Amino acid sequence: MSANIALIDCNNFYVSCERVFNPRLEGRPVVVLSNNDGCVVARSNEVKALGVGMAVPWFQIRALAEQHDIVALSSNYALYADMSNRVMAILSSFSPSQEVYSIDECFLDLSGFEHLGLTRYAQTMRHRIRRQLGLPVCVGIATSKTLAKLANHVAKKRAAFDSVCDFGALDSGDLDRLLGDIEVGEVWGVGRRLAPKLGDMGIRTVLDLKRASPARIRQRFSIVLERTVEELNGVPRLSLEEVTAPNQQIISSRSFGMPVLGLAELQQAVQTYTVRAALKLRRQNALAGAIHVFIRTNPFKENAPQYSPSITVPLASPTSDSIALSHGALQGLKTIYRPGFAYTKAGVMLSELIPASRRALTLFDDPAQLARSTGLMQALDRINQTFGQGTIKLAGEGLTPHWHTKSERKSPCYTTRLSDVVVAQAG
Amino acid sequence: MSICMEGPAAFPGGLLSLLDAPPAVFRVGGPLLARPVPAGFPSPADDYVEGRIDLNRHLIAHREATFFIRVAGDSMTGFGIHDGDLLVVDRSVEASDRSIVIAVLEGDFTVKQLCHAPQGYLLRAGNADYPDIHVGADLSLTIWGVVKWSIHEIGLCLPTSP
Repeated sequence: MSANIALIDCNNFYVSCERVFNPRLEGRPVVVLSNNDGCVVARSNEVKALGVGMAVPWFQIRALAEQHDIVALSSNYALYADMSNRVMAILSSFSPSQEVYSIDECFLDLSGFEHLGLTRYAQTMRHRIRRQLGLPVCVGIATSKTLAKLANHVAKKRAAFDSVCDFGALDSGDLDRLLGDIEVGEVWGVGRRLAPKLGDMGIRTVLDLKRASPARIRQRFSIVLERTVEELNGVPRLSLEEVTAPNQQIISSRSFGMPVLGLAELQQAVQTYTVRAALKLRRQNALAGAIHVFIRTNPFKENAPQYSPSITVPLASPTSDSIALSHGALQGLKTIYRPGFAYTKAGVMLSELIPASRRALTLFDDPAQLARSTGLMQALDRINQTFGQGTIKLAGEGLTPHWHTKSERKSPCYTTRLSDVVVAQAG
Repeated sequence: MSICMEGPAAFPGGLLSLLDAPPAVFRVGGPLLARPVPAGFPSPADDYVEGRIDLNRHLIAHREATFFIRVAGDSMTGFGIHDGDLLVVDRSVEASDRSIVIAVLEGDFTVKQLCHAPQGYLLRAGNADYPDIHVGADLSLTIWGVVKWSIHEIGLCLPTSP
């Protein structure tokens, strides 16, 4: 029997999370903005209906927002991450194999659940997420991952499907008619870049690509796109990746709320990003062998003097200690910093990652120092996890830095900070 | 590197202080000989080790569907829910007649007792000073979750002694 793969995707995930804890946003046009309140990263259906595209800069739609009373919120990743973990945990109870594909979508292998009726089974998932978390989701089911993505697209766009679309429940004529109505750019892995090139070959809809000769596609494009054609024909070529490989590098960088000129402020920023990256590193139980630091001026200000240096600092021995990593990062920063430029962005990247279990003591390592460092970092992480990020920080991070990323419209961390929970009126 | 000890107290003023090196230098990072190995009788309690009481396990039946909500106001004191209390709210259980619920009434979160009424629902307070709210077709009401526990900090809003 062929496999049955479901793709479950949360609708307008960030906006939906905000609405769970702020019901007044229900029915209103809402956007969530990226870091630094730069561009639109999530839109409610009301906003989509106004024609606002994805990733549009916020300043470009300010007038429209005022006219239509659009609510704009800064992104609240602590909230979205917690809600995402809840979604994934609930969905994991519906299948023994799950691939978490992104913060708001995952694949489930539903092979073996056919006797329950896949559409009905998927409706149960949808209702459970809606009820327990207040989040709307859509489910697409098909025999390959690529088709499951398209089934999800159909479930989302066509009200008749009631948010669940199982391609296996359609006869082949109906399925082809549906695929003939979807632009080829919607196919997973095709996107806006390949769509025009396929268009030149006369391939405009998903159905066109499904019927294309795999050999020809391979010749003109790649083996990857050939696999996509096979997947569109219901032949699974992409397997579920249940275990995500540990990140090979960790990046932490932001644009500043306003340009920064002095070394002292850059040091604060670089140290803050290093601490953030080090936390991610410890969460995946890894050590970094090198830290890469970069600063840059605003490339869009063509008249202003430009300077965008970077440097890689190798570490004496692989570590996940915030203090050791900061030390390396600040040394690097000192080396590349030049006065007289208006810097608008800084960042660090940790590389040469190895699992912490593979730490080998070198001649210069002091085991006692190592034990102290591990204990200190554990204490730091636990305190910050309990009382909120930034409760304890390195002095160099600064207290109220003015370069800090703008997030003026951020909602409270309703589910991760006790001081931020929803207040219910008893009056 | 084979010397093993638990810290300065294990060697008060002995050889190590003469060598003027902190005793911790001799501790090995790994599990090998990191602790003294007891050579005596095994503890008679070893067979009876149980996990310590964990309130998370007892107060939270459905981890994913449980949220915390803070109370503001004194309209629910009759149900033992006071101003400033922390409520454990489960969204996975069905609200039944007379459940204490978090309701969204006209866009606002409120904590009330949900009662079935002939035409619609009744939201009741736990304090005679607050009237019942009848929810008919004219009001929009959503039951957000069911209150399972109220955590009340003693010492907060203590009543004056009689």
